[in-house]
Amino acid sequence: MDIDVHKVAMLSRIRLTDKEAAHLGPQLGNILGYIEQLSEVDTTGVKPTAHPHDVAMPQRVDAVSNANRRDTLQKPAPNTESGLYVVPKVIE
Amino acid sequence: MSWETVIGLEVHVQVNTNTKAFCGCSTSFGAEPNTQTCPVCLGMPGQLPVLNMEVARKTALTGLAINATINLESKFDRKNYFYPDLPKGYQISQFSIPIVEHGYLDIPVADGEKRIGVTRIHIEEDAGKSMHEGLEGVSHIDLNRSGVPLMEIVSEPDMRSADEAVAYLKQLHQLVRFLDVSGADMEKGQFRCDANVSVRRPGEPFGTRAELKNLNSFRFIKQAIEYEVARQIELIEDGGSVVQETRLYDSTKGESRSMRGKEEAHDYRYFPDPDLPPLRISQQEVDGIKAGMPELPGQLRARFESEFGLSSYDADVLSQTRELAGWYEALVAAHPADPKRCANWMANELLGRLKEQGSDIVDSPVSPQQLAGLLDRIADNTISGKIAKDVLDAMMQGEGDADTVIEARGLKQVTDTGSIDAIILQVMAANPEHVEGFRSGKDKLFGFFVGQVMKASKGQASPGLVNERLKELLKG
Repeated sequence: MDIDVHKVAMLSRIRLTDKEAAHLGPQLGNILGYIEQLSEVDTTGVKPTAHPHDVAMPQRVDAVSNANRRDTLQKPAPNTESGLYVVPKVIE
Repeated sequence: MSWETVIGLEVHVQVNTNTKAFCGCSTSFGAEPNTQTCPVCLGMPGQLPVLNMEVARKTALTGLAINATINLESKFDRKNYFYPDLPKGYQISQFSIPIVEHGYLDIPVADGEKRIGVTRIHIEEDAGKSMHEGLEGVSHIDLNRSGVPLMEIVSEPDMRSADEAVAYLKQLHQLVRFLDVSGADMEKGQFRCDANVSVRRPGEPFGTRAELKNLNSFRFIKQAIEYEVARQIELIEDGGSVVQETRLYDSTKGESRSMRGKEEAHDYRYFPDPDLPPLRISQQEVDGIKAGMPELPGQLRARFESEFGLSSYDADVLSQTRELAGWYEALVAAHPADPKRCANWMANELLGRLKEQGSDIVDSPVSPQQLAGLLDRIADNTISGKIAKDVLDAMMQGEGDADTVIEARGLKQVTDTGSIDAIILQVMAANPEHVEGFRSGKDKLFGFFVGQVMKASKGQASPGLVNERLKELLKG
């Protein structure tokens, strides 16, 4: 199965050299080709599986349970200022 | 040959819950940046989302109010894209099976009503907020909004003009406020609209559409759509063709520009979210939600007309919001003798004064019971309607309830014949030439005497009695 490795890499924000792409392309193609075998199964009348376990969604009561832990939570961030995360400029 | 405009709308409505869609963080507006976040809405590894049941309930309620199908089993999917205000790298949304499908909304148009189809309503989470202005080489990110619950309400391409689009949006805006499923404050971004606009020759298939983003007021929506329609028609008539793209409307310039370039990234690679099992809701629960449905604007308007005999105009004004309707009903409960008088005083006098002050019925300094107290004094002839307006002004200024103001200012209507006769005789004595004139046939002078007597009584004489006694005494 042919896939556009550069497009997939761009969507995933992974930088690939042409050499890496040439190496990974056939591997990804093989994986997808293997999975593609599933489409040979006749699924007429079978309900789509939304989740592997037959459980319903647990639901939460609408009451605030989280306190402000900004200082702790921002520790791993490379850069913050006045409580805001600082990231490389994103232009609209 | 003419052109036909085709519009479909996608509206993002913030569900007014206390907590976010999938975690227990507060949703309150205006908090210090990033103080309402947790590992779940920050997208930290290994955290699991748990759905806020209130979001499902309110979305189902909205679906029932637009006569839609509620899917007893719906599911959540991941919509993948990269942006720094989306820490997980995907937005939790509902793609293939939304909770609500196949509804409609009837909107008012020039010649009656038009039915606009609602394709679906799905639950999703909001992204954070990025700030770029005044910053060099960096952007700032506040994730307080990350994970706030949204309903995305998607219409069919059923609208044929900017006016119809605005009518639909206003109807939807009023509905979600009535249902108390959203504050729908447009300035706070709680009700946001994207419009898909295309043009075609009548009877032909749909043309290529452009998607307009960033429409955050009813006025801009109309302007943006009209601008886009003109742009597309000109383009086609000049031999060009419309490109499917996203355009950003700039309200200060009154024009839109292409966001091409972002287009390539619009490959969302939806797939079922393995962290979230299907959302199941029983028919019993749906029935329970339906049973709790409040009276909707149209029903309320009809009831105000039939039960209280209001004009369609007054009924419409007083059913605009749930707060207005509730206030009016409380007023009628306290002054049941005359619901029409209640409507007149509330719609014209009270709301007029509140509007001047730039405030709203919920902030009215006068309560329904206090206004009813004033109307009681009109009904029992203690004061005239004219004096009552002054009393209301005083009540608005916080001078107390109607009886207190009437007493303190000595405004009680003069209703005894003796006092009124005395005033009339004084006025006649002061204006002998006019008495002469009236008696020689100048009937119009009667109005002059009424005015003078009312003035001399500081407006407190009962107008009916003044008329009656003047006729008698002027005869001579």
